[in-house]
Amino acid sequence: MSTLTMVNLQKRYANGYEAVPGLDLEIKDGEFLVLVGPSGCGKSTVLRMVAGLEDISGGDLLIDGARVNDMGPQQRDIAMVFQSYALYPNMTVGDNIAFAMKLRKTPKAEIAQKVKEVAELLELDKVLDRKPGQLSGGQRQRVAMGRAIVRHPKLFLMDEPLSNLDAKLRVHTRAEIARLQRRLGVTTMYVTHDQVEAMTMGDRVAVLRRGVLMQCASPQELYERPDNLFVAQFIGSPSMNVVRGTVVSTDHGPGVQIGDQTVELGSVGAARFPGIGEMIGRDVAFGVRPEALGGDGSGRLTMQVELVEMLGSELLVHGTVNAPAVRAIDTGVEQSDKPTSMVIASMDPRRKVEVFSTVELPVDIDRVHLFDLDTGLAIGRDAAGRVTDSSSPNELDKG
Amino acid sequence: MSTVPIHAEDAAVGAVTFTDQTPLGTKLARTASGRVGRIVVWILALLWTVPTFGLLVSSFRPEKAIKTTGWWNAFGHLGDMTTKNYSQVLSTKVGGIPFSQYFWNSVKITIPAVVIPIVIAALAAYAFSWMHFKGRDWLFVVVVGLMVVPIQMCLIPLLKLFNLSWLHIGDNGFVKIWIAHAIFAMPLTIFLLKNFIGALPREVMEAARVDGASHLTIFAKLVLPLSVPALASIGIFQFLWVWSDLLVGKVFGGNAQNQPITKAVVDVVGSRGNDWQLLTAGAFIMMIVPLVVFISLQRYFVRGLLAGSVKG
Amino acid sequence: MGQLLSTLALVAIGIIAFGAIIGILYWLVSQLREPWRERGRVGVFVGPALLLLAIGLIYPAVATVRMAFYKGDGPDVWAGLSNFKRIFTEGDNPLVLRNNIWWALIVTVFSTAIGVMIARFADRMRGERVAKALIFLPTAVSMVGAGIIWKFMYANSGGGNQSKQIGLLNWLWVKLDPILPGKQTAQFWLQNDKFFGIKSSFLPGMNTLFLMIIMIWIQAGFATTVISAAMKGVPDDLVEAAKIDGASDRQAFFRIVLPYVKPTVITVATTTTIAVLKVFDIIQSTTGGQFHTDTVANDMYVKSFTQSQPGYGAALAVVLFLAVIPIVVINNRNQKELRQG
Repeated sequence: MSTLTMVNLQKRYANGYEAVPGLDLEIKDGEFLVLVGPSGCGKSTVLRMVAGLEDISGGDLLIDGARVNDMGPQQRDIAMVFQSYALYPNMTVGDNIAFAMKLRKTPKAEIAQKVKEVAELLELDKVLDRKPGQLSGGQRQRVAMGRAIVRHPKLFLMDEPLSNLDAKLRVHTRAEIARLQRRLGVTTMYVTHDQVEAMTMGDRVAVLRRGVLMQCASPQELYERPDNLFVAQFIGSPSMNVVRGTVVSTDHGPGVQIGDQTVELGSVGAARFPGIGEMIGRDVAFGVRPEALGGDGSGRLTMQVELVEMLGSELLVHGTVNAPAVRAIDTGVEQSDKPTSMVIASMDPRRKVEVFSTVELPVDIDRVHLFDLDTGLAIGRDAAGRVTDSSSPNELDKG
Repeated sequence: MSTVPIHAEDAAVGAVTFTDQTPLGTKLARTASGRVGRIVVWILALLWTVPTFGLLVSSFRPEKAIKTTGWWNAFGHLGDMTTKNYSQVLSTKVGGIPFSQYFWNSVKITIPAVVIPIVIAALAAYAFSWMHFKGRDWLFVVVVGLMVVPIQMCLIPLLKLFNLSWLHIGDNGFVKIWIAHAIFAMPLTIFLLKNFIGALPREVMEAARVDGASHLTIFAKLVLPLSVPALASIGIFQFLWVWSDLLVGKVFGGNAQNQPITKAVVDVVGSRGNDWQLLTAGAFIMMIVPLVVFISLQRYFVRGLLAGSVKG
Repeated sequence: MGQLLSTLALVAIGIIAFGAIIGILYWLVSQLREPWRERGRVGVFVGPALLLLAIGLIYPAVATVRMAFYKGDGPDVWAGLSNFKRIFTEGDNPLVLRNNIWWALIVTVFSTAIGVMIARFADRMRGERVAKALIFLPTAVSMVGAGIIWKFMYANSGGGNQSKQIGLLNWLWVKLDPILPGKQTAQFWLQNDKFFGIKSSFLPGMNTLFLMIIMIWIQAGFATTVISAAMKGVPDDLVEAAKIDGASDRQAFFRIVLPYVKPTVITVATTTTIAVLKVFDIIQSTTGGQFHTDTVANDMYVKSFTQSQPGYGAALAVVLFLAVIPIVVINNRNQKELRQG
C-alpha cells in the first residue's frame, strides 16, 4: 500500500504561465482524496503530473517516499481512469482489461483469471468479447474502472470519470466507485469540478484555485469551517450568502450591521470570533448558509421576498437585503456595485411565505462566518479553528 | 465525448460522406435543380462516358472493322465481337519483350511503391503527432512544404544518385522506381496521415502509456489498427497514382525489363499509332486494374480525396 | 498469377524485414541513456522519412537549381541566365510557355466550373450517385489511357474519305456538313495549330485546345466530387432561411451556397492548376509535343533525356517550380481562412 507526497510541486509552461506555483499535499495510504476546483484551476495538471503525463517543472513527487519525478508513467505503477475512458476502440473489453498485463508479460492463465475476477466484480462478464463502440456509457465507464483495478496498482488516478454519464447513472456510479475504492483500499486521487461529487466521495477534499491549494480537509470540516471565502462559496449548493457588513458594538455584545439592520452576534458570536472586540467599525464579509437562516437562531435578518422555490424537501426563499454582495473571484474578493443583494434561505417546506412580503429570518450565530474583505480569509475562529489572524498571509497555503 | 469517434473513420474526414442523404423530405432546403439542370447533368454524364465506352467496344471488334468503320456500327454486328485483339496485343513485342510482361511489371512496381511510402509515412506521422522533440512543428512544416517541389525538378539529380556505382542499384530499375515513388509520395502521405493520426484521442494514447506501452507498441497495437480507414484511402490514392504513372517509370525504369505498362502503351502509340486494334485492347488492359480498384473502392478513394481538400 | 504471388511474397518479406529493422533499432536506442534514448526513438520514427526526403527531394531540387545555371553537357560550364533566356526568347520555345499558361487557365476554369455546375444540379437528384460516378470515372483511366481514348475520338481515318470515319468527332463533323455553312471535311484535329484559323504566337492552337479537353475530362470528376461534398455540408437551415426571406433557387445558390463553399472551390482550382502545370502524360500519349502542342513538363523531359540538354531541362523545371509557388501561397492563405471560418 502506498502514500503519495507532493513537495512544492510546480508546473510552468514554456510561455511562462504558472499553472501550479507550488503545491504541498500528502495522500495517506488507502485514502480517497478528491481534488476539486473550477475549470482551469490546475487540478487536471496536478493529476497528470502525478501520472507522469506532464513534465514536472519543480519540486518533488514521492510515491512511498521515493522520488518519481523522472520516471515515465509506465514505471510509476499507477492506473488511471480518464474522462473519456480512453478505451482502446480496436480491442475487445477483455483485451482492454488485459492490455497492461500482456505488456508486462504476465502468464496467460493469470491474465485470464484476473480478467474474469474483475469482470464479475463489475458485471462485465457478458460483454467481454464486445468492442467499446458497442457498449453503453455506463458499461464503458466500468470497463475503464476494470482496466484500472485489474492491475492492483499503488495508486488510482481518476480524471472526472463520471462527467460523461447522465445524471441518474452518475449518482449510482459515484457510490459504486467509493464503495469499490474502500473495498480495495488503494490510495486514490480523484479530480472533479463537481463539489457534490467531491463532498460525497472523498475522505478528504482539496480545493484548488489557480494552482493554489485553498484548503484540504474532510468534507464536513470544509463545509462547516471553510478557511476562506473561496472555499465557503465553492462548497455547498445553493452557495453561502455573503454580503458586506460592518462590525458594530450593540447592547448585547458584538454585531454586524448589514445595510440598515444589525445582526446581533451576542455571546455566542463573541466566543466564536475571539478577536472581534478590536474590530469594531471594520467592514467585513458576512457569510451564512441558507439552512442557517431558516431554522432556529438567536440573530435576526429581515429581507424582502422576491421568489419562493418549492423543492419538496425544503423551501428556498430568495429575497433582498440592503447590502452589497461579496464574491470570491479568481484573483481575490469582489464587492458588487449594487447596493442590494440577493439572499437565499432554506426553510421548512410546510411553511408558507408570500412573495413581496417582508420576512424576519432567524440567524444561527454558530454558523455565521466572517471573512476579511481584502484577503478573503476567515476571521478568528473558536479554539479548534486554525485561522485566528486574518493578517497572516501564509495561511493560504496551509493544508 | 466517449470512445466512439475514432472507431468510425471520422477523424480525418469529418462529417463529409459521399452518399445521397435525404433525397426526400426537406423540400425547401436545397436549391432544387429543376428539369433543365437534371438534363444538363445527364448529358454531361453521357458525354463523359462515351469516349471510354467507344474504346471498350472497339477493343472487341475485328481489326478490319475498327480501321474502317466507327465503333457505333458495332451494334449491328454483335456476332463479330472477338477477343482476338487482346490475345494479339498481349503477345506483341514492345521494346523486345511481350506486352503482357509489362502488365506484371506494373504489378511489381505498384505494390511495393504503395506499401513502402505508407509505412514510412505512418511512422513519421506518429512521431509528428505523439512524440515530443525540439523543432517538431517546423520540421513538419518543411516536410509538407516539399509538396510544392515538382517531380520534374528532382529527376536528373536523383537518377545520377541512383547510378552511383557503390549503391549497386543502378541496374535494378524496380528498386529505383520504388524508391522514387516513395520519395515523391512522402510529403502528401505524411500530411494526410498526420491529420488522421494526430486526431486520434489523446487520452487513448495516454492510457496506453500508463498501461506501460512503448511508442512502438502504441504504434503497432493502437495507431495502425485505428488508422485502417485512412491507410486504405491513401493506399488507393497512391495505387492509382503509381499505376497511372508514366514519367517516373520512364525515367527510372532503365531498360524495357523494368518499364511499367503505361510506357509500353505510349511506345505502341509512337510506333504503331494506327493499329487501333492493338491500342484499344492494350489501353484497356492497362486501365482494367485501376478501373476495378476505383469502382469497387470508390468510397475510400473519395474519402482520401476529401481529407486533403475539404474542411473537416 | 505466379508473378503476382512472388511479388506479394517479396513485399511481405520486405515489410517484415522493415518492421524487424525498425524494431531492432528501437530496441537498440532504448538501451541508450536519456536524453539520447528519447532522441533515438524519435530518430527511428522520423528518420526513414527524412532520409528519403533529403536524398530524393531536397538535394535534387537544390542540384537542379544549380544545374539550371550550367550548360550541363560535358564538364561544368557556367551558363549564367542563358538557359532561362532561351526559354523566353529562342525560336519556338516561348510557345511552350504560352501553351502552359493557356492550359492552366482554361482547364482550371472549365473543370472547376463544370464541377460547380454538376455539384449544384445533381444535388439530391434521382440517380445522383450514378451520374457523379460516371463523371468521376475518367480519374481512374490514367492520363495515358485518357490520351488514347481521345486520340481515338479525334482520329481521322482515310483523310479525304468522308464517309468512312472511325473517330466520333470527324464522323459528327462530316454529318453536320449539310447544316453548317461551307463545306466540312474531316479534320486532323490534333495537327491544327491555328486558333480558329488565326495563326498567332499568343493564342493557343486548336490542337492544344483539343488536348485540354482531355484534361478537363479527367479533372472535372475531382472538382465535382470535392465541391459536391462541400455543398452537402451547407447547413439546411441556412438555405431554408434564405428561401423564407424570399430568395429564389437561383439566388439562394449564388448568394448562400456558393459563398459558403468558396474556400473549397478555390482549393479545387489551385489543386487543378498545379496538376495542369505539370501536364506530361497526355502530350506523350497523343502528339508527343509536335504541332506546337508542347508543354513545359514535356519539353523538360525531352530536353533532359532525349536531347542531352540537362542545363536547359533544369531551367524548365525551375520555371515550373516558380510557377507553382504563387499558386501554393494563394491556396495556403485560402486554407487559413478556411480554418478560421
